[in-house]
Amino acid sequence: MIKLLTLCTAILFAAIPAKAELNIQEVTSKSGIKAWLLNEPSIPMISLNIGFRGASTTDPDDKLGATYLMAGLLEEGAGNMDATAFKRAAEGLATSFGFDSSRERISITAEFLTKNRDASVELLKTALTQPTFDDTAFERTKAQVLSIIARNQSDPEEIASSTFNALAFAGHPYARPYRGTTESVTALTQDDMRKAHASTMTKDRLFVGVVGDITADELAIMLEELFGDLPENGAPLPEPIKFQAAGGTTVVDFDIPQSTAIWGHQGIAQDDPDFFAAYVMNRVLGGGGFTSRLTQEVREKRGLTYGVYSYMAGFDQADYYGGSVSSGNETIGDAIDIIKHEWDRMAAGGVTDAELDAAKKYMTGSYPLRFDGNGKIANLLTYSQMNDFPIDYPKNRNSYIEAVTKEDIARVAERILHSDKMRFVVVGTPVDVPSTD
Amino acid sequence: MAINESLSMKSIFHAVTYFLLTLTPAFAIGEVTTYTLDNGMEVVVLEDHRAPIVTHMVWYRVGSADEAPGKSGIAHYLEHLLFKGTDNLKSGEFSEIVAANGGTGNAFTSYDYTAYYQRVSADRLGLMMKIESDRMQNLKLTAEEVLPERDVIIEERNSRTDTNPNALFSEHRQALMYKNHGYGIPVIGWRHEIAQLTRQDAIDFYKKYYAPNNAILVVAGDVQPEEVLKLANEHYGPRIPSDAIKTRVRPQEPPKRAPVHTVFEDPRVRQPYVIREYLSANRKSGDQAEAAALTIFAELLGGSGVTSFLGQRLQLEQKVALNVGAWHSATSYDRDGFGMYVVPAQNVSLQEAEDALDAALTAFIDEGVDQEHLDRIKTQIDASTIFEQDNQESVARSYGEGLTTGLTIQDIQDWPNVLAAVTAQDIMDAARNVLDPKASVTGWIRAPQEAAK
Repeated sequence: MIKLLTLCTAILFAAIPAKAELNIQEVTSKSGIKAWLLNEPSIPMISLNIGFRGASTTDPDDKLGATYLMAGLLEEGAGNMDATAFKRAAEGLATSFGFDSSRERISITAEFLTKNRDASVELLKTALTQPTFDDTAFERTKAQVLSIIARNQSDPEEIASSTFNALAFAGHPYARPYRGTTESVTALTQDDMRKAHASTMTKDRLFVGVVGDITADELAIMLEELFGDLPENGAPLPEPIKFQAAGGTTVVDFDIPQSTAIWGHQGIAQDDPDFFAAYVMNRVLGGGGFTSRLTQEVREKRGLTYGVYSYMAGFDQADYYGGSVSSGNETIGDAIDIIKHEWDRMAAGGVTDAELDAAKKYMTGSYPLRFDGNGKIANLLTYSQMNDFPIDYPKNRNSYIEAVTKEDIARVAERILHSDKMRFVVVGTPVDVPSTD
Repeated sequence: MAINESLSMKSIFHAVTYFLLTLTPAFAIGEVTTYTLDNGMEVVVLEDHRAPIVTHMVWYRVGSADEAPGKSGIAHYLEHLLFKGTDNLKSGEFSEIVAANGGTGNAFTSYDYTAYYQRVSADRLGLMMKIESDRMQNLKLTAEEVLPERDVIIEERNSRTDTNPNALFSEHRQALMYKNHGYGIPVIGWRHEIAQLTRQDAIDFYKKYYAPNNAILVVAGDVQPEEVLKLANEHYGPRIPSDAIKTRVRPQEPPKRAPVHTVFEDPRVRQPYVIREYLSANRKSGDQAEAAALTIFAELLGGSGVTSFLGQRLQLEQKVALNVGAWHSATSYDRDGFGMYVVPAQNVSLQEAEDALDAALTAFIDEGVDQEHLDRIKTQIDASTIFEQDNQESVARSYGEGLTTGLTIQDIQDWPNVLAAVTAQDIMDAARNVLDPKASVTGWIRAPQEAAK
């Protein structure tokens, strides 16, 4: 999963609410399975969020897309139920499940009423541990995945990101399309599904967040019930990788009236002492909101785009600093020039006192807004564990932001921002934007 | 700053999500309290004391379907311009104040409404009201701000529509469905008309429609109703009602006399599909029963993938479809659409997919409602009244959307009960009524045939 710390969506999703009394507990089952719990009994419901690290990054090179398809099949037949029986059972309980897999995270969600807890857990356990991958569901779901792959071939943003990843992480699993290719998915077999299941959904990479009407003792039993039968260890996870692409521009010709561009260069690791300085810097530079320098310069003053953003993208094994913009084919070149100029301006001068103050006020004040629904909080609990955050992170996070100084930002900006190393991928028919390949 | 929900919802791959939204009843998180200010502004307060947060929204009873001929996109353009300056705030300062107070915010325009909102710590509610009420009537637009923002909207149209054949197809089908009503014109506007919109157009629209007696305040979160009323009187109370606000009467559709069929070709299309929409009954004040029956009919027909009727027949039994779906746009000011789509399986033609769809519709009418399926849907409706308490924003939206589409508080609160009361017979009556081929538009989208070979 790409951890987009401050993507465009941050303006909507942003806000984890650090209700001061947010009392997150770590719960451990008798065999050692851990989860983070926020007990919230005011509504008789429970939200469960399950993450398995690694996901498609562990697909063998000749089985690209195996994990993505496998995750999609978990709800298409399990135990003695076919797809219809499984889904009817969930509907009868008013329980909703979500099964998804992105680049490096299998994500499973469940939302159920307290009164239907045991039946819902049993149903979920069946899907997690006894998927059947039966013939008809396999062929049907495979055809759906092939359709998604075909559709993405004409989606400018998908074209941009797959081209970008191939350049940025050449030779690494991150360079591969995690849904697979038409050829690789067509060749997948049911046996590949069983292998992907056994090597990706294992206890050594399991993270669980739970929010709702359930106590720690009840959860400990539930964890054992749900996950006790999973295998201990899965396939080896990939090695860390630095950003591979050199500075320059790759143009992918596509006949559309507007060009979509993404860019990046090496970023900063989450455990770097200057990580939070970079995080605050990003808010000022292009991290969402109408007040960022990129939005002011590219959108507000010149009307060149509907949206321009910078973000710190953290994969589990890589970090890059980048961004995205869309602009008309005639104007995308101007937009890119302005973005590079803003990169240089930040690298040379950092932020002003007023910008730092505004960024801190926004970042600390909006943090509590993220904790506004059981399902969202459960996701944050899982996400925090997958990022190796300590359990008191929500309590302390604002103090890390507050501690950042103007000097910290000037130092980190000079260190990480390099306009000559920015690698752009532009999809469209841009005017006067030559490919440097 | 414009999120146009309606544009994305009309696209095929969001159709199912749209449906679930319409099913979601508008139940209270906790208490619901309503007031009307002396100047006619309605106030809805939804209490949710789980976290010290508040959602503050102002909804205007005006949307793109209220635009004058030739001025398409002006409602949405004005929405963008409301983030420029007022007599009291310089351009952009609105967003700066929200951000500096740790808040997030945005706005959205649809056919029937335009809404502005912020989410912020509950103790900043008064400040949000101060700046939101300011821009209700004190907007000051300069030429230097207005022109670049029009370019932003052209880029927004590029991003949402012109680079996406599915969105262009949706726009094309809407235009065929509504020959006389504003729902036939895209919310964002036709490109050539957006390019001609002026500062004066925006000012005229603003003066005509932005007034307290055309607005609804929705406040959801950790608040006390009396305190909200006090703040609302302080900030919105001084806004002057307009005597130009009248009940909205829009040009209605003439009788539909023949089915419409269209083939949309675009070389970017990699996945063809067939989609059909029928003109259908919307929720009306005191009269929501038919819309409720259609909402459940859509759920039975295609609301839940393989367990739905079309899923069982076309995906599992006949294996002619990769995906199916159905939805009903129940919450709208005027008659809206009941729709369905079939994404054909490989080597199944669009004609075969459409034939299979028609046969399935006939079979549904012949066979009637599967009572067990209806029971499961009723269980979900019942449970949604609990799940809904976890989603402050969605409840707030359902009130804003309901009140700007001609419903009353009572109608909104009755909706879950109206849904629960729907019988199998109601569904069959509504289904027979809505499936009138003459009131339908069927579209195929595919790559040009020579390219496909």
